[in-house]
Amino acid sequence: MAVLVFTENWDGKFKKATFELASFASEISKLYNSECYAVTFGSTNDGELASLGKFGVKKAFEIKNKKYQNFNAQSYSAAIVELIEKLSVKTVIFPNNYSGRSIAPRVSVKLKAGFAPGVTSMPVSIDPFIIRRKVYSGKAFADIELKTDIKLISLNQNAFKLVENAVEIQVEEFMPTINDTDFKLETKEVMKNKGKLPITDAEILVSGGRGMKGPEKWGILEELAEVLHAGTSCSRPVSDLGWRPSEEHVGQTGKVVSPNLYIAVGISGAIQHLAGVNSSKNIVAINTDPEAPIFEAADYGIVGDAFEVVPKLTQAIKSFKEQK
Amino acid sequence: MRILVCISHVPDTTAKISFTDDKLEYKKDDIQFIIGPYEELSLTRALELKETVGNITITAINVGFSDTEPTLRKALAIGADDAIRINADPKDAYFVAKQIAEAVKNESFDIVLTGKESINYNGAQVSEMLAEFLQIPSITSASKVEISGDKAIVEREIDGGKEQIETSFPFVASGQKGIAFEPRIPNMRGIMMARKKPLKVIEPVECEELTTITMHELPPPKAACKMVDADNVEELVHLLHDEAKII
Repeated sequence: MAVLVFTENWDGKFKKATFELASFASEISKLYNSECYAVTFGSTNDGELASLGKFGVKKAFEIKNKKYQNFNAQSYSAAIVELIEKLSVKTVIFPNNYSGRSIAPRVSVKLKAGFAPGVTSMPVSIDPFIIRRKVYSGKAFADIELKTDIKLISLNQNAFKLVENAVEIQVEEFMPTINDTDFKLETKEVMKNKGKLPITDAEILVSGGRGMKGPEKWGILEELAEVLHAGTSCSRPVSDLGWRPSEEHVGQTGKVVSPNLYIAVGISGAIQHLAGVNSSKNIVAINTDPEAPIFEAADYGIVGDAFEVVPKLTQAIKSFKEQK
Repeated sequence: MRILVCISHVPDTTAKISFTDDKLEYKKDDIQFIIGPYEELSLTRALELKETVGNITITAINVGFSDTEPTLRKALAIGADDAIRINADPKDAYFVAKQIAEAVKNESFDIVLTGKESINYNGAQVSEMLAEFLQIPSITSASKVEISGDKAIVEREIDGGKEQIETSFPFVASGQKGIAFEPRIPNMRGIMMARKKPLKVIEPVECEELTTITMHELPPPKAACKMVDADNVEELVHLLHDEAKII
């Protein structure tokens, strides 16, 4: 009944989200009194794989063959299936991000294994296996039963807390069988947004809407973001107008985020925007219109002019942090 | 060249969702159904390719009973050349992908486009499952699809950036924002022509369900927003520290 977790690394390093996944996977393995394993593609920095042992992973497999250097859903899923079979794994945990969403459905077809994407908590029951997931862009939940012997789950970021559970970990290289027909994609170029934290990784986001009046007014939001060590994001009109880059667009058709704190400035809170932010742990709204729907979604609100309130807030946070 | 665009029939993005008494389904009365916004973008991109590259036919497909036909007709009105409806309840993603794969496996499509996810179940599974059934390469969350001779150049979003990928045909790509700028709206001529375009209805093949939804629930109502005076931002700082424990 072993559990396998797909742990992605970025230039050889893991992120906090990786340890959330490992924590979740080893909590699941406890339900079955079984062991938790991890797999990663590409070489990792020294000690990185061993750090998974802190969260209950007993064995970590690394796939170092250069053929797997670039992401490819076809070859990655085939390698994972081989490992699942070798280890008699019954539950596989993926991140609910671009990679997990690409690999897991292929594994599901290869093994006829039921897949629950976008899970936020431990199973409701394990026999039958029922687990809760978000649906309708966060407007509702559904309990989904996985009726197959092998079960696949993808976990949302920032939904499950880290659970320390140090065990001795073994690191092993895994060499999957290479099947040339699985390598038909050729990665030409990888373009990274240099020096910028992806907004889906930010613990705090300062987000601006059309109420900010123009791209030249973003300075006050950037200053607020700086004192909070936060990322910046925006609403759809702002990205459509070209005020901010499209990778900052948060909402139904943009990115879905789940930070600990989301500060919405000059955002009215259209239902499509809320679909992208309703997993945030806390929402602060600053808006001139007291009737704006964003206040219904927010935990804390200030009715006022952003150009007055935001600089004051930045100053207040600065002073507060200095006093501490 | 042939492009297949998979269409989902979903509640409008502004729809308020509620469930039947047995909690197994959402209430469909008073809900307006649309083509999923991501599939609409993918369909738009298919039309752009048809206009710029030429010699392309576009087929729209969905899995659903006859009540979903207006959504497929809309795809025809926007510009798809023909449509296929697989006459079944789309039980889960595996079922949907299997039905589409069976319907098109002998049809030699060069490009298969879906949306990045349906906006009702947000599973983002059908594109990859379909690619696996068809045993062809796939790229999820594609923000660009270009044809360049006998290859296609596809850009996909990754955590913190983008990747440019070259692929041969056929392949599956799931479209997201960027694949096309703005979805097309059908015009009167398109709507008139759509009535005459072929819409083939086929029956589903046998397929087991891997998953079942046992119940739906709405999130608990949110506590009222705590209002802070604009002249007293210090109070907000304290609330964020003491109550929310963030700063």
